[in-house]
Amino acid sequence: MLKRPHYLALGGTLVLLLALLNLPASVAERLKLVVSGSFLPLFGLRSATHSFLDRASYQLLPRSVLIEELVKARLEISDLQATLLQSQEALGENARLRAALGNPPKGPWNRRFARVIGRDSTTWWRTLRIDLGSRDGIQPNQVVMTAAGLVGRVSQVGLTHSDVALVGDAECGVSVVVRETRDQGIIKAGQASSSEGGYVELSLLQNSPDVMAGQTILTSGLGGVFPSGIPVGVIQDSRAMEGGLFTSARVRLSAALNRLEEVWVLQP
Amino acid sequence: MNPPRLSIAFLFLLSWLGVFAQTQFAGFRELLGVPFSILPALIAYSALTHGLWTTTALAVVTGLWVDSLSASKLGVSVAPHFLLALLLHLRSHLILRDQRYAQFWIGFGSGAAIHVLVLLLLSAGQREPLTGWATFWQLPLLALMNGVACPAAFILFDALGLAFDYRPVFQSSFRNDRQTVRGRHDRIH
Repeated sequence: MLKRPHYLALGGTLVLLLALLNLPASVAERLKLVVSGSFLPLFGLRSATHSFLDRASYQLLPRSVLIEELVKARLEISDLQATLLQSQEALGENARLRAALGNPPKGPWNRRFARVIGRDSTTWWRTLRIDLGSRDGIQPNQVVMTAAGLVGRVSQVGLTHSDVALVGDAECGVSVVVRETRDQGIIKAGQASSSEGGYVELSLLQNSPDVMAGQTILTSGLGGVFPSGIPVGVIQDSRAMEGGLFTSARVRLSAALNRLEEVWVLQP
Repeated sequence: MNPPRLSIAFLFLLSWLGVFAQTQFAGFRELLGVPFSILPALIAYSALTHGLWTTTALAVVTGLWVDSLSASKLGVSVAPHFLLALLLHLRSHLILRDQRYAQFWIGFGSGAAIHVLVLLLLSAGQREPLTGWATFWQLPLLALMNGVACPAAFILFDALGLAFDYRPVFQSSFRNDRQTVRGRHDRIH
């Protein structure tokens, strides 16, 4: 049976709950950042431990392994320099053609390196937290990616950290194009399965019988958030939906979202 | 029931670390598809062993912490945590809380109830949470995790109590000021 203290606790919590749920979105976001600030010492400790372990592992590596890595890195650099020269030539040609057609030139991606310091505390969203915030020039909607492909977009920015909505989350719809067929579609929010964190559902805007497994999905550039041409993933299988009106496909993401440790944030 | 303040401090400290742990251990999450979650078990432990105000404060603070590190709306997790805490606290005198199997099932039920309630509340909001067939695997796993964590919390806090509190004085039925004289007619002085 409820007694007076129980009623007081119930009433107090109810009032607090109603106040919190009815706060304006901007105030709620700020309050969230203040509350999550209590975890800054732990996030700091985590980063310091990682740095220490990294440095310790460098000290422990034998000299022969380091020399071997150095030789490998030199070969890779020379190979990349050759590719860069070729790319610069192609970029120049692209810029000239765009200018001839009257289109504005495409600027190079300005990348900023960030470390992943945490993931969503619940099972029901696809978000993660990075160690760059507004003091580092991070702004909402900036694109997050790895060398492998698209990761998501910045959804919320704090002073020292930012939250990233991953591809497949409700906050991160992506307009995409199939590279081989140029069919356009949208990456839907959804959970393929728990162990398949690397899969998302692609919904094509029209029925496309040419779409098949193995084809590559790129960002289309529509929507204004994601620049065109960023690899998103590879089609695993496809099927006709709604009596053949449009096609749905399962896409294996290029970036391993479950194992991310470092990402790039694209800045203007 | 007057648990020492140290135990309350440990409870809040463990919950704080527990919320942080939910955002870490990417390998664990990748393997099982769920975060490392023991908070419902701690709330259940608190409701069964601590006072109403401690349990209420823990439920509210823990709910806010969880939401602050998630994409959920701030406050969504508070209601399920508090409701479970209140229910268990009201029935704490009826629950066999010293039995390990009872602790396991309380933890299991708490883990399932809190996550289902949070999911229902999120589904009622504007953003649809990510659910699918995998949810039928995730919910029992979260419940099981808390089922194991609840007896572990009892063992841990008992050990902490023994380590930091005064040990209870053993009271013998023998009294030094009593003397039994054996004789023909036994007398007690």
